[in-house]
Amino acid sequence: MRIFEFIRPPDPVAAIATAAQSKTAQQGADVRFMGGGTTLIDLMKLNVETPARVLDINRLPFDKIETTSDGGLKIGATVRNSDLAYDKTVQLAYPVLSQAILQGASAQIRNMATVGGNLLQRTRCVYFRDTAMPCNKREPGSGCPAITGHNRTLAILGVSEHCIATNPSDMCVALAALEATIHIQGPKGPRAVAFDDFHLLPGSTPHRETVLEPGDLITHVRLPPPIRGSKQLYLKLRDRASYEFALASAAVVLTIASGKITQAHIALGGVGTKPWRSPEAEAALKGKPTNDATFRQAAEVALQGAKPQSENRFKIELAKRCLTHALRTAAA
Amino acid sequence: MSDDSKSNPIDQSRRKFLKTSGTTAAAGVFSAYLPAYASSGAEPTYESEVARPTIEGAVPITLRINGKDHRLQIDPRTTLLDCIRETVTLTGTKKGCDHGQCGACTVHVNGKRVLSCLNLALMHDGHEITTIEGLGTPDALHPMQKAFLECDGYQCGYCTSGQIMSAVALLKEPCGPDDASVKELMSGNICRCGAYANIVAAIQQVRKNG
Repeated sequence: MRIFEFIRPPDPVAAIATAAQSKTAQQGADVRFMGGGTTLIDLMKLNVETPARVLDINRLPFDKIETTSDGGLKIGATVRNSDLAYDKTVQLAYPVLSQAILQGASAQIRNMATVGGNLLQRTRCVYFRDTAMPCNKREPGSGCPAITGHNRTLAILGVSEHCIATNPSDMCVALAALEATIHIQGPKGPRAVAFDDFHLLPGSTPHRETVLEPGDLITHVRLPPPIRGSKQLYLKLRDRASYEFALASAAVVLTIASGKITQAHIALGGVGTKPWRSPEAEAALKGKPTNDATFRQAAEVALQGAKPQSENRFKIELAKRCLTHALRTAAA
Repeated sequence: MSDDSKSNPIDQSRRKFLKTSGTTAAAGVFSAYLPAYASSGAEPTYESEVARPTIEGAVPITLRINGKDHRLQIDPRTTLLDCIRETVTLTGTKKGCDHGQCGACTVHVNGKRVLSCLNLALMHDGHEITTIEGLGTPDALHPMQKAFLECDGYQCGYCTSGQIMSAVALLKEPCGPDDASVKELMSGNICRCGAYANIVAAIQQVRKNG
């Protein structure tokens, strides 16, 4: 680990002012906010992250879960994953979020990891984590050995010729399906970003993963009011039953009236370079009867653009079955 | 073997010897290699007349571990795990993978279980930290420690302190009554010997006995 200066900013303004001095808020940032540390300290030990300053934001006032005036939910950026998953309102009104979080990581990590940090969780691609290897995400222009190398767990949606790294988050898949909004305070003031716009596709700049700029501090996440009577489910498929990243996962939020789907929010995990919302699947479900043919058709269109590599072709069928089964279970 | 071993399920004599000799060696010979050390104003962690080297960039911190305050000077990079083991010399907490994948380093911070390898010690001033040494003593074991002994919840023992810290925290978490729920909430603690069945039995024994 490289030496750094540890700073505990007294308030958000001081935190933002210090972070604004960083050249970038993306890979290679020289100032980093520290939440739970579960991603950042891991990557600092590997010298993948080498910040010169670490700002401890754990004691800033972002640790509350509050109901908003419109009936939605405001979730502070430093709320721990376990506190969010076990929150009574979340369990009742947004069960897909609770399920997704509890299927991620371990109890210890969920006690540490923050909501803001989970939004910024980094890929588990082995080439990104190994500084002896080239990686366009870690060192722009150095190449992507994953495309011709070990890619069994890597992405099939949203990939480019420069990067096929999977976004590993479970929480983000649920937040995508729930149409969350991410609230950011930056040097130029506060702003809100729709969940789908927050993460970037790798394209030719895989080192840029989010819209965050130097000094941008995620303060909270907002959920819209719960959809009354909606059926929600998070289904995660992986190599072992617990404490493992998804090979494929699906978050579904359905409203059903008289045997027909009136509204569908669908997102996939473990298969995309970002948390993968599927408007194609949503359109294929809307107005259709709740039967296996409908569900399978939605899965077919969700995976239509999939680009497999040498070792991960199986993910196409796995993701289709994952979504089909999630829809069938949620609708039952 | 000393008489301790008869009155106690764990033979303490070898452990005591190692701890004593280790402390002497650290103070007399290896102090220059220690990553951090107790500050002069505080209670020293070892008794020695050897001059302590200063560490460039070291910062002061007070850590409250097992109800006792430790005033320390540490390199900012020091993880909570390394601070507990190397600086405060409480070696019951183990380093396995050092990357948050095995659970051997599990401790409690403000009553909740966390991985001490993925935390900086500096993040925890003012927090209440509990390690395996703060759970029970050889003469007055915590019910979970007793259950691990009775159920044979280990083989080599390296993961055991992490398993027990996790298990004790689990008692206060939302967990279904069945074995599957216990296994799910214990999945962050890996046991290479494969003592899982007995670990679950130990936890269930404590839960049933209230």
